[in-house]
Amino acid sequence: MMIYFDNSATTQPHEEVLQTFIEVNKNYYANPASIHSFGVEVNELLDAARGQIAGILKTNKEHVLFTSGGTESNNFAIFGVAKANKHIGKHIITTEIEHASVLEAYKALAKEGYEVDYLSVNKNGVISLDELREKLRKDTVLVTIMHVNNEMGAIQPIEEAAKLIHQHSRAVFHVDAVQSFGKLEVQFKGEAGPDIITISGHKIHGLKGTGVIAFRRKLNIEPFIVGGGQEFGLRSGTVAVPQAVALAKACRIAVEHLQENQAKFKKWRDDLIDFLTAFGNHIYILSSKEGAPHILSFSVRDIKGEVVINALQKRGAIVSTSSACSSRQKKTSHVVEALKVDPHFKEGVIRISFGAKNTDEEIEQFKAIFKEVMNELKGV
Amino acid sequence: MLWKEILIRYGELTTKGRNRKDFIQQLKRNIKYIFSDLGSLTIRAERDRMHIELNNEEQFEVLMEKLPRVFGIQSFSPVAICEKDMGSIQQLAQKIMDRYKDQQITFKVEVHRSDKSFPYQTYDIQKAVGGYLLKNNPNLSVDVKNPDVELRVEIRKEAAYLMSEVIYGAGGMPVGSNGKTLLLLSGGIDSPVAGYLMMKRGVRIDAIHFYSPPYTSEQSLQKVKDLANELTKFGSTIRLHVIPFTELQVLIKDTVPPEMLMTTTRRIMMKIADKVREEIGALALVTGESLGQVASQTLESLTAINAVTNTPILRPLISFDKLEIIKIAQQIGTYEISIKPYEDCCTIFTPANPKTKPKIERVVHFESQTDFDEYIERAVKNREIYTFPEKQQTADKFKHLL
Repeated sequence: MMIYFDNSATTQPHEEVLQTFIEVNKNYYANPASIHSFGVEVNELLDAARGQIAGILKTNKEHVLFTSGGTESNNFAIFGVAKANKHIGKHIITTEIEHASVLEAYKALAKEGYEVDYLSVNKNGVISLDELREKLRKDTVLVTIMHVNNEMGAIQPIEEAAKLIHQHSRAVFHVDAVQSFGKLEVQFKGEAGPDIITISGHKIHGLKGTGVIAFRRKLNIEPFIVGGGQEFGLRSGTVAVPQAVALAKACRIAVEHLQENQAKFKKWRDDLIDFLTAFGNHIYILSSKEGAPHILSFSVRDIKGEVVINALQKRGAIVSTSSACSSRQKKTSHVVEALKVDPHFKEGVIRISFGAKNTDEEIEQFKAIFKEVMNELKGV
Repeated sequence: MLWKEILIRYGELTTKGRNRKDFIQQLKRNIKYIFSDLGSLTIRAERDRMHIELNNEEQFEVLMEKLPRVFGIQSFSPVAICEKDMGSIQQLAQKIMDRYKDQQITFKVEVHRSDKSFPYQTYDIQKAVGGYLLKNNPNLSVDVKNPDVELRVEIRKEAAYLMSEVIYGAGGMPVGSNGKTLLLLSGGIDSPVAGYLMMKRGVRIDAIHFYSPPYTSEQSLQKVKDLANELTKFGSTIRLHVIPFTELQVLIKDTVPPEMLMTTTRRIMMKIADKVREEIGALALVTGESLGQVASQTLESLTAINAVTNTPILRPLISFDKLEIIKIAQQIGTYEISIKPYEDCCTIFTPANPKTKPKIERVVHFESQTDFDEYIERAVKNREIYTFPEKQQTADKFKHLL
């Protein structure tokens, strides 16, 4: 028995998604750019997959590009927009709590002479709209804000931010929706929404190595990979049709079950928050009931996260430190720093993240296990 | 939601005496058809304008995006509605002007008072509304001659209607109000533009395409299908007749001298098109020909090609420059499809020196040595017909994968 509560790191692919992947590889392996009828047929399939995702995101299908995942999509959005618009300005804005694939891209641009402003967050991990308004300038060309924070689940006010950005600047608004897609409503909404949405397949029970970058409208953006001119000339390389179709299916399933999963996750999250609160000052909870329903981060006083994880793992429950990507690094996560977490709790942040395959029983089992762990570590 | 309906002003059709009612009904049908995705729209068609009721933001956005492409519309405006009392009108006017609050602008208030029972006179309304706005909005100033924003207030029997924007429509006449034609659609830049211009005059089109596999690829056919599909955005379904042309094209090549090849091929195409036209009950043929553009489009060539039929052949692009045509193609979204680099049947078997001044007698003489009729009949009979916008066929085929 294993309780897998690390769904924000990655998820187990749905059986149906794997079926699609295998069948497309077996039966539709032609190159969609080929001019023979087999290629044309595969191109139709690719087009249908693209159309399905475009429909979900509410844009046109020529504005949906397939990538290798969230990191590539984020890099693509940031480098592509910043470089294509440098004649307008070199000022770009993001937040302190973005995923590394955004922060590192911004750092790289800073080295190239771009001026970067970082938005701070409050203790719930939410940005201030006033600060955003103040930082927007005439020469701001790009703003990146993550919809849901991967380490503790804070939800950013995307609509309000979008209105400010579009009213007060010519900047392109990029929303990293890797953690929110399938858990919250993610779509284009004209001026009250993003210009770019990036999503990843493996966070929604799809396959690793799959992702999308989608545009609200035709944007000024530089190609990310050059070559044969695939994906409307913006991302060359033979399109991985089986991955693309599998992603379209994972997206459909995620959106179809959104309400039901959301309700389930929320019930569990709220239940566990109450459960953890009962441990009093032994535990600090970073997430709030206002955050995304599938992520719950907390910290045990003066105990390293790794220790809690090992203790839980021994009893069959898999959770992670705040983010899988940064968990192998020794230093405290930038998100925990940005939240100004008390030193007693800084080292010990662990994250529980639910997926579509978790059950009510697992929540109860987890509670029992966690009680044992607390007894072992803290004697309570 | 600020906007409660969209007001549509008709184009030229206001001038069409007795047929006017038909035109209006056609426009209403077209709008219902184009926006059928939005659920059933409530449309009130009056003698000189039309009202579309808005139920949600999505309807508003989609209508604002697509109405500029619908023929038969001179202009349209989003409309806000309130009760007929001065306080409500002033408040609503303020809400509308709020949208300009970050800009320094000039404005004027235009009042139409068709409900004469309303206690204020036109001038009083102007003064009350304009004065109220000036008092509350330091960024506004009045300019009655050339204002940035004209706030229009209409007092009618049912309510007060306010609007501030006039968006120009595509003009022309509602597609379907001027009969049906058959468009020769090649996959190039010109023919879709010709189709568009005819649709603009209210003409419904079917399209015909000559397909010569293996000399032309499936992708060249797909391109033509995409073009037909693109043209449906202007307000009607389009049927595409795909003629299997290989057999005839090879036969022509083997039987007429190379310099006549092009002229005869065109003449045979025209014959086939005319037969299809007759079958579908269309009244004219439409081509994208533009005078002097290529060898087949000299006056002599056009005459030789035209000689096969008495049916009117409409050539809306006849006097257009290539650059003018390209500009329209870009505007209507067919250019990107047209420039995809696939062979079409006009670019294969091209002789080195086609006749630019073919003599009809000689053409007829060479053609008379072969009996093309049987082949022509067969090509017409074996044509495949596609209807656009395509119903979800491909999606169904792949449904289990998606």
